Amino acid sequence: MSDAPVIAVERLSKAYAGGFEALKEVSLTIRRGEIFALLGPNGAGKTTLISVICGLVNATAGRVLVDGHDNVRDFRAARERIGLVPQELTNEAFVTVWDTVSFSRGLFGKGKDPAHIEKVLRSLSLWDKRDNRLITLSGGMKRRVLIAKALAHEPEILFLDEPTAGVDVELRRDMWEVVRQLRDSGVTIILTTHYIEEAEEMADRIGVIRRGELVLVEEKHALMRKLGSKELTLHLREPLEAIPAALSRHALALAEEGHALVYTYDANEPDEDQAGIAELLADLEAAGIGFKDLHTRQSSLEEIFVSLVRETA
Amino acid sequence: MNLQSVKTLYLAEMARSLRTVLQSIVSPVISTSLYFVVFGAAIGTRISEVNGVSYGAFIVPGLIMLMLLTQSVSNASFGIFFPRFSGSIYEILSAPISYWEIVIGYVGAAATKSVVLGLIVLATARLFVPYSIAHPLMMVVFLLLTAVTFSLLGFIIGIWADGFEKLQLVPLLVITPLTFLGGTFYSIDMLPPFWQAVTLANPVVYLVSGFRWSFYGISDVSPVVSLGMILLFLTAALVVVERIFRTGYRLKP
Repeated sequence: MSDAPVIAVERLSKAYAGGFEALKEVSLTIRRGEIFALLGPNGAGKTTLISVICGLVNATAGRVLVDGHDNVRDFRAARERIGLVPQELTNEAFVTVWDTVSFSRGLFGKGKDPAHIEKVLRSLSLWDKRDNRLITLSGGMKRRVLIAKALAHEPEILFLDEPTAGVDVELRRDMWEVVRQLRDSGVTIILTTHYIEEAEEMADRIGVIRRGELVLVEEKHALMRKLGSKELTLHLREPLEAIPAALSRHALALAEEGHALVYTYDANEPDEDQAGIAELLADLEAAGIGFKDLHTRQSSLEEIFVSLVRETA
Repeated sequence: MNLQSVKTLYLAEMARSLRTVLQSIVSPVISTSLYFVVFGAAIGTRISEVNGVSYGAFIVPGLIMLMLLTQSVSNASFGIFFPRFSGSIYEILSAPISYWEIVIGYVGAAATKSVVLGLIVLATARLFVPYSIAHPLMMVVFLLLTAVTFSLLGFIIGIWADGFEKLQLVPLLVITPLTFLGGTFYSIDMLPPFWQAVTLANPVVYLVSGFRWSFYGISDVSPVVSLGMILLFLTAALVVVERIFRTGYRLKP
């Protein structure tokens, strides 16, 4: 497999008829075989981004390459590589599971292959339900059917739009397991979610989208390292106007109008440049700065996320 | 051309009508047959011949046209409206299939259904009234062209409609009145001169007239004009569909 990105989104913009800008010059590359989580609050543009890539929405500017194929000019080559699982449970009510999944395969231009359909249905625990009409299935089962439909034509790339929205905890675990198995079989997966837990659990990389802008794309492990960053807050006996020169080698900040000193450090991987807590305390004592209380706090991905999406533009 | 995809769409649409065989096949055949019984066999025997053709036989082509137009429009409009309504259109729009291939799938299936229905009704009519077909080949040509044209119109309506009411509006308020006033039950030379002129603005007149010509060799307007008008409607429908696709109207924001 080549190292070329499986999807390249280049300066993609989308303004809807009313003037609402859903996407603002979004650029993003997806690596072959990864699980990429697109994280963002409702209305941030996650679904619009997916919809443009899959051909459901026309872009206003920019372009999308799927495995090197422009998704507008060379839409057949681009689209046959993609499977899409939409957010809404949309189905014809009166057809059977088997028929609707077979329909999807044919619609994407692939010849009949009952063995493949069987494999897909079994992997999603739908085999026993193959002759059931869709209307008789539970919500969780319907979502599985949508996944089966998206996998029917053996796509290299699978988009999952909010795969676990409105799904109970147990089914969510199952869904994650299914996604992992797919990734292991070589499928690239892009999922959107507003559950941080989900992104943390599943993704290799995480992108955060806010008001149509991609504000962060990072390896999950890098984010986890940020997660590992801790804060030590010292409540001082006497307020300080500025951080004394004697303490300048420490990563310190003043807070609470000089009543507190905040020291940020990495608990997992102590940095060579940083002197560490012990030395900070020694320096404080030498400088004659007393404190009455201290506490430490770990920032979570949730906080990083919330601060990112709350920032005003 | 992505034949596999088109075939899949076409067959799925055909399967949908087979699932609802009562509604999509039996009911139009029965309701059209009722016309034959009432206007053909019962009342028709008391009405004098029209241009040398018995009244019962005279109305056969018009009634088939009436059913053909209604069925083409309703089949095709529902076919594309329903996935839009249920949301399952996402799959068709994200498939490696062009707009025109989507049209061939949906309109092809709708037109096939109407033609099959037309032939069933034609065979059923035989039970009630005797008729003859002077130009069988042209009869089939008129049948096919009309079915395709009005299935395209239905497709347009199915994309335009944003609710079930609008979906019913055009067939109910436009197609049915135009058909009844389009010479289904009478020859337009039975009308006063003024209304004859007005009637010529009704597109259905040309369809019924041409179709009736293929049966009995009699017509209100020249069959060539009829054929020309059908081709004109077909072209107009294709132009509108092309515009819908180019602008993404109601399908692709």
